[in-house]
Amino acid sequence: MQPFQRLTAIACPLPFANIDTDQLIPARFMKRSRAEGYGGYLLHDMRFADDGAERVDFPLNRPEFKNAQIVVARRNFGAGSSREAAVYALVDYGIRCVVAPSFGDIFASNAVNNGLLPARVDESQAEVLIRMLENGVAKLSVDLDAQTITASEMSIPFHVDPVWRMKLLNGWDDIDLTLSQTDAIARFAAADAGRRPWAVPQSPSR
Amino acid sequence: MVQKPAGPRALFDKLWDSHAIVTREDGQTLLWVDRHFVHEGSFHAFNKLKERDSRVARPDLTFGIADHYVPTRRSGRAIDPTIRSMLEQLERNTSENDVMLFGLNDPRQGIVHVVGPEQGLTLPGLLIVCGDSHTSTHGAFGAWGFGIGASEVAHVLMTQTLWQRKPKRMRIAVDGALAPGIGAKDIALSVIARIGADGAQGHAVEYAGSAIRGLTIEGRLTLCNLSIEVGARCGMVAPDETTIRYLRDRPFAPKGEDFERAAEDWMRLPTDEDAAFDREVALNASEIAPIVTWGVSPEDALPITMAVPNPETIEDAGKAAQVRDAIAYMDLKPGQKLTDIRIDRVFIGSCTNSRIEDLRAAAKVIAGRKAKVPGLVSPGSSLVKQQAEAEGLDRIFQEAGLEWVESGCSMCVGMNGDIVQPGERCASTTNRNFKGRQGPGARTHLMSPAMVAAAAVTGHLADVRPLIEERS
Ligand code: SF4
Repeated sequence: MQPFQRLTAIACPLPFANIDTDQLIPARFMKRSRAEGYGGYLLHDMRFADDGAERVDFPLNRPEFKNAQIVVARRNFGAGSSREAAVYALVDYGIRCVVAPSFGDIFASNAVNNGLLPARVDESQAEVLIRMLENGVAKLSVDLDAQTITASEMSIPFHVDPVWRMKLLNGWDDIDLTLSQTDAIARFAAADAGRRPWAVPQSPSR
Repeated sequence: MVQKPAGPRALFDKLWDSHAIVTREDGQTLLWVDRHFVHEGSFHAFNKLKERDSRVARPDLTFGIADHYVPTRRSGRAIDPTIRSMLEQLERNTSENDVMLFGLNDPRQGIVHVVGPEQGLTLPGLLIVCGDSHTSTHGAFGAWGFGIGASEVAHVLMTQTLWQRKPKRMRIAVDGALAPGIGAKDIALSVIARIGADGAQGHAVEYAGSAIRGLTIEGRLTLCNLSIEVGARCGMVAPDETTIRYLRDRPFAPKGEDFERAAEDWMRLPTDEDAAFDREVALNASEIAPIVTWGVSPEDALPITMAVPNPETIEDAGKAAQVRDAIAYMDLKPGQKLTDIRIDRVFIGSCTNSRIEDLRAAAKVIAGRKAKVPGLVSPGSSLVKQQAEAEGLDRIFQEAGLEWVESGCSMCVGMNGDIVQPGERCASTTNRNFKGRQGPGARTHLMSPAMVAAAAVTGHLADVRPLIEERS
């Protein structure tokens, strides 16, 4: 996984609350293979009109926000379905950091598993950032080590779970870590079979 | 195993302690997974497995279910090729890994969160995961169920474990008596309206209180199902006699002596007196009215006797913008009475409200009346369907003019092609009224099965209570 340390990039305001994963990627696109790339489906029904034309007023479609790698949104970003495809859509589009006052829990852990930083800021500071971006400030700098977001002269702190921070900084993958625990897992499973013999499914008598 | 902390423990603490394998210095804990359900959407995870040349570590604890994409009109019809390939992909991925599959033609097929409990695969004290956010449903038995993403699904497939940090604990107590016609869906929507769609983020929720104790297993499943709509990590109800009674003789549950031993263990799971919670919320059951959603988040929920909110009177600019946007999408007017909202169709189904009790509640209102709009009734599993037909419920729905179809996720998410047309308004027993959830441009109002039935027979959102009174 690609580590995340520092990023200075174009940031796009998405001044909406509850941008759920059904909006991040509508269900009808989820049959496709990841190899095709999911970036084209990101926020599909918000970005495109029914006839497939770009909605010119949608922030991501505005010329100044093309090539954004950061988005700033309102509360409860990524609520809803556990579809990791929502994260694939963001990542494949080129987004590496989402700034918001709160995130859906499952979305946030999916994000971290794909090197996408969910940066939590105070609600008032999200509003400040959204206003700045709407008024011509184009770029933000995100420093994960220092946990700050800087824009022109201003620097605001953000929060991210310390474990996630380490994972993102180093580009770690859980599975390697877990495989180093193979013996502990086997010991647990053996002892557990004695403690909770009912925990394994019985074969139905039919 | 991790040392058991002394002192009183909550149900969730007991579940956590019994599944912790190792805890790292930074607080991350490796947890043992007892059950893992996979479905058609799990193909990303199986692909990750293949990339690593790996196989499913514990096929005996892994179960496949075809639900998200299955057609609900099956007999004699050709299946759309892209949908067929999703189903075949699941068949391949499970059979190559010796994982049992409740496939399209299995008589026990149905929605994963209906089938797991029905088959006794869901038991108290288990940790259950699935690549589906409504896995919280299984908490109805005092199990710990939660949804995970594809990377985590791959991790569980390979290791039967998962890293987690302990969430905070929240208790939602509902005491008092529910009025006639009010059910678990109304409790859940009231909770969401009260604390918000992110109100329980980072928390494990336990539902307690006399009104919860009084719920059947079906009601508890509905309630726990909607825990994710307050952003909770999971939601649960402590096991009791109701739980034990439901589980006895379920196909995959322990049998005979083993069952009695298990039941003894399960009855030790409930929260100890004096156990601490990080947050407490209390609701009075007698104040809960039939609830419907008017907007595009489950938190946009109000009693049916109220009106669409007016953004001009909301001080918070962000909140006002949210309300304005929802009203525009839903094509409503500020101040419009909820009972004046006309609908185009109804849907009764989904892992939230498609169990036998839900179908009975809807049928009771519909019986002898005609639906003013078209609609679909999709039972939660093929076994629920069978039972409903044995009780004659299928005929009640059909005589009213509704379509009685096979079981699957269907119009909850529209993946199988059962969609609400653009601009159409649907009264639905499902769990998400997100924009486009039931199809591009679809407008969804969430409510209980009885309330959907009331909407069906009146053609608009309606209070079910007078319709029930007429009957008694
Ligand atoms: S019925 Fe709906 S919410 Fe439930 S598992 Fe299926 S798609 Fe998900």
